[in-house]
Amino acid sequence: MGISPTTHAESVDFVMLYIVAISVVLLLGITATMVYFVFKYNRKKGHAPVDIHGNLLLEVIWIVIPTLLVLSMFYFGYTSFRETREIPDNPFVVKVTARMWQFSFEYPNGKKTDTLYVPLSTGIDLEMRSMDVNHAFYIPAFRIKEDIIYGKTNHLYFTPKEVGDYDVACAEYCGLSHSAMYTKVKVIHDNEFTTWYGSNWQPQNK
Amino acid sequence: MANDVAVKSFYQESTNKYSGILSWLLTKDHKRIGLMYMIAILAFFVVGVIIGLLMRLELIAPGRTIMDAQTYNTLFTLHGVIMIFLFIIPGLPAIFGNFFLPIQIGARDVAFPRLNLLSWYIYIIGAILVLVSLFLPGGPIDTGWTFYIPYSVRSTTNVSMALFAAFVLGFSSILTGLNFITTVHRLRAPGMGFFKMPLFVWATYATAWIQILATPVIALTILLVILERTFGVGIFDPALGGDPILFQHMFWIYSHPAVYIMILPAMGVVSEIIPTFSRRTIFGYKAIAMSSLAIAFVGYLVWAHHMFSSGMSDTARWIFSLLTFIVALPSGVKIFNWVATMYKGSIDPQTPFLWVMNFIFLFSIGGLTGLVLGSLATDIHLTDTYFVVAHFHYVMFGGTGTIFFAALHYWFPKMFGKMYNKKFANIAVVAYFIGFNMLYFPKFIMGYMGMPRRYYDYLPQFTIYQEISTIGSWILSGTIFFIIGYLIHALKYGKKATSNPWGGVTLEWHIPSPPPLENFETIPIVTHEPYDFSQLKEMKDE
Ligand code: HEM
Ligand SMILES: [Cu+2]
Repeated sequence: MGISPTTHAESVDFVMLYIVAISVVLLLGITATMVYFVFKYNRKKGHAPVDIHGNLLLEVIWIVIPTLLVLSMFYFGYTSFRETREIPDNPFVVKVTARMWQFSFEYPNGKKTDTLYVPLSTGIDLEMRSMDVNHAFYIPAFRIKEDIIYGKTNHLYFTPKEVGDYDVACAEYCGLSHSAMYTKVKVIHDNEFTTWYGSNWQPQNK
Repeated sequence: MANDVAVKSFYQESTNKYSGILSWLLTKDHKRIGLMYMIAILAFFVVGVIIGLLMRLELIAPGRTIMDAQTYNTLFTLHGVIMIFLFIIPGLPAIFGNFFLPIQIGARDVAFPRLNLLSWYIYIIGAILVLVSLFLPGGPIDTGWTFYIPYSVRSTTNVSMALFAAFVLGFSSILTGLNFITTVHRLRAPGMGFFKMPLFVWATYATAWIQILATPVIALTILLVILERTFGVGIFDPALGGDPILFQHMFWIYSHPAVYIMILPAMGVVSEIIPTFSRRTIFGYKAIAMSSLAIAFVGYLVWAHHMFSSGMSDTARWIFSLLTFIVALPSGVKIFNWVATMYKGSIDPQTPFLWVMNFIFLFSIGGLTGLVLGSLATDIHLTDTYFVVAHFHYVMFGGTGTIFFAALHYWFPKMFGKMYNKKFANIAVVAYFIGFNMLYFPKFIMGYMGMPRRYYDYLPQFTIYQEISTIGSWILSGTIFFIIGYLIHALKYGKKATSNPWGGVTLEWHIPSPPPLENFETIPIVTHEPYDFSQLKEMKDE
């Protein structure tokens, strides 16, 4: 997919690759063993079957190894997830309002848009509320999403590091036009952003 | 006693004085009740598949193809409700549990035969309520099968009626569970200790505990939602002072264990079929039996992994992620036990065994992709996308659904006394495998690319994957209709089946096909381990 638009997206892709790689090995191992046994111990060959009730050593091994593997998956998943929970210092706060079936954005100076504009390399804090039912704010390219629960304020943090337009989708079913509830996040350079924004804003120390 | 032509089967003798249809509708025979469930459940399964086909057809191209958005939304809700509450939860226990659990423990019937019949009627009433809800003013429910609040309080469709149907269906499940637990405790034949029970019995027994412990939670939750919709009592809807997250917790406290209601009986069937066709004992009998029970009691601890993106505290998120991985282990280990059971066996890969091989592959994919969803960072990206849709179809359909067909092919000769066309059956296994993977594998890819679930429409980059998936749905559904076709054909024209066509040793293979009304002439005295194939010789002389 080329360069990642955020550092976090890279780390999610790594966790994914890690788990999928292990899974593929396990899947192929299980399938190959099974198919091999079906040929090797086929009744046509006329071996007498041997009753094996169990084997403690084997059973310990195949509990311990998977346990270690899943603990490592948990660990990588958790550390990568932590990145999304660290509130960037001095973040640029945008208020997100979700309603059936659109998102709207309000910036600190009162400016309002339907598309999210954010400056490059700045920590963003989305303060998200819903006007009606539950929605979710999902930016596939950044590998992040958070539900927007009616009656609560949920936050989503990210720091874009590549300029570009990225899709935003609603990912919690919200009725008739749920599948049309798309918008975009436009990541633009600081100076462009200043012009667009109109009033002074504080780019974070970089 | 086997092959005894003089013995009347349960089709020829009934528990009541009626004949014809009434002798079925008022029967107390667990086998007839099992078959009555089979007819009803298969009918709903076919309806669910047809709805699936229609949705897939809509999705073959972006934009409107054959229906509008509201229709699509009601269709995926109905598809989910039918597949979950009317097909996959009752499927194996109600059909094969009813038919075979008493036989496998050497009993003449379940503990409460009348209650058993009542459960069937409750199931039918629940199903009728679902159907009625479609035609009442307001229109069919459009909330998704998870009924999330506040949408399910705001929707003007017939949510209350559909919810009430799920409430009623829950009682059928609870009563069946109660019946099976009592049956296992009270009616085992002499000599049949707990550790001599076949693993299908163990699995159904463990499932029954989940059915009676977890189902009341969903019943309560549903009642609260209905109260909220009708009287404006504020429990879940924040507009009335409630908490929508509370609903999600209560919903998943049932619905996660429900996943084990779906999969445990299937694991039981696998543990029957592999020894029979490998002619050797199961590897790790006690480990498998105990892990079923363990799953039934720790399966409650992981519900919130369905809610990683709902804004729960970070502590809750990592604890549930960790628990999810730990609780997943016993299920994974069972796969190793099954494959090890083939080692040094004498394997005759007939149709039911081929279905099980299909299962091991598809269910492994389902389980392994579950690891991706158990891990926090990846789940946040993939939850509520097609990745989840692919994952749960691989687990529920590739797992339990595939075993539904395995069980059908394994026990068909016993239930009906007829054998199907094995060549057709083996072709079906292969076609099913191809269709299944074409239908669902592209959904993993789309999910990772960011395609959200429950979407009527999609962005152009997904088109090619959606097309492949739709073509897969034709192959898979075609195969399913083909299977139903040759099985129905076999009922009439199939060759007569012997009492033990596969060389099984559990008790159902000791009695004629189809079994007589009270299963056993004399209650057997059990001396063998469940998968002791040294009995086969004696059985031939019986
Ligand atoms: C040929 C058979 C099937 C086809 C073509 C099919 C197709 C689909 C499709 C297209 C969706 C909607 C995806 C979305 O828009 O998010 C869906 C959802 C679903 N399917 Fe299936 N499916 C089939 C069989 C099954 C089976 C056997 C089960 C259960 C064991 C099942 C359970 C579900 C559930 C629970 C949902 C979610 C509904 C919701 O979002 O509320 N499906 N299926
Ligand atoms: Cu929405």
